[in-house]
Amino acid sequence: MWKARPEDNKPMSANPAQPATQPAAVTAPSIPAPHKETSKSDPYRADVGHIGKSVQIRGELSGSEDLYLDGEVDGNIDLRDHSLIIGPNGKIKAGISARDLVVHGKVEGNIIATGKVELRKSCTLLGDVKTGRIVIEDGAFFKGAIDIQEKDTKQEARKPVAASTSLGTGVSSGTGTTGVSSYSASAGAQGSFLESK
Amino acid sequence: MGSSSHNFKRWFRGAGDSQAKEVESAKHASRTSRRCIGLGELMRDLSSMGEKKLCVLDLGPTSPANIAFLTDLGIRVYTEDILHEAQDPNYQAKQEDGALQADPVKFFAENMDYPAEQFDAVLFWDVADYLPEPLVKPLVERLQIMLKPKGNLLAFFHTKDAGQESLYSRQHIVQNDTLELEPLPDFRLQRIFNNRHIENLFKDFASRKFFLGRDNIREVLMVR
Repeated sequence: MWKARPEDNKPMSANPAQPATQPAAVTAPSIPAPHKETSKSDPYRADVGHIGKSVQIRGELSGSEDLYLDGEVDGNIDLRDHSLIIGPNGKIKAGISARDLVVHGKVEGNIIATGKVELRKSCTLLGDVKTGRIVIEDGAFFKGAIDIQEKDTKQEARKPVAASTSLGTGVSSGTGTTGVSSYSASAGAQGSFLESK
Repeated sequence: MGSSSHNFKRWFRGAGDSQAKEVESAKHASRTSRRCIGLGELMRDLSSMGEKKLCVLDLGPTSPANIAFLTDLGIRVYTEDILHEAQDPNYQAKQEDGALQADPVKFFAENMDYPAEQFDAVLFWDVADYLPEPLVKPLVERLQIMLKPKGNLLAFFHTKDAGQESLYSRQHIVQNDTLELEPLPDFRLQRIFNNRHIENLFKDFASRKFFLGRDNIREVLMVR
């Protein structure tokens, strides 16, 4: 009935690694749908390691996946390029190195985060923070120094998707060059930056 | 069924959100804005110190606004809620009359432990008016040591006209010379300093500038 056009006979894509149409995640508007973000923020999702509140660790804790930590750690935590959420029962006496960090519990130690640090209202942090961006919720207790590291512009250019998804978390971004921001407490805002890499 | 439970959840979550918003707006409504000449002078001094990385110590309660404002200027910010720490019963000792009082030895063994000449400025706010008596003088002496030469210390003092019931406030920096005050009812005014008391307390500082605000708060900018 219909005459087949020549382009219809072509394969969908010459290179299977590069689809003909751009994936939605890349071309999506800068503010993605919030419901997608909440599922990603779930600390119980499959690709996030989970350490419960009855677990006590003494020594070095390192890994290559995102981690939700609600137990006690005495030593050192090294997650480098991954995110760490310290739950409300978490009691950490350790230096922490991670990409992004959310603190609900108690931390005693210095923090180095290449991405963003979020101090939630229930958090107590005694130690120094070196990070690219920091968000402090009203009510968080903090004693120490904050040093905002200059952003690596090349690294930022490589991660346009991650930057746009973080806008959809409901956390207000800082207008300044250092990316420091504060925000008020709102229901259901937990672990908002366990986003896809 | 699924959609009705979804609607219920959405309705319930919506209620929580609106409650949180109400609490937040009430919090902001209780804040008052005040112009602060002393802060303006301090910021001018800091900006004249050149390109080097400056260090500022904030002795008030943790303020996201202050951290955002100062780090935005490239300043390394230290915060230590000195008044909150001073309430800790671990730092109190029994006196001869049996009353508990803040013990400077215990307190300074675990607090305000910074090297000499670490800070370019200290935001002391009105802490001295509310701090337990035994801690005031040793704290000021420590601050003088911790400040760099020509470093600034900004302190506020209530006058008699401000009233005995003046509430301790969290000071949020909004602009170079504007603060937002958020009252914290947990602390009571301990004393009122007059000008001579202030000069005696800060006698080791090189200079002192006094500014009197419309709200009967004396702002004093000390230079080491």
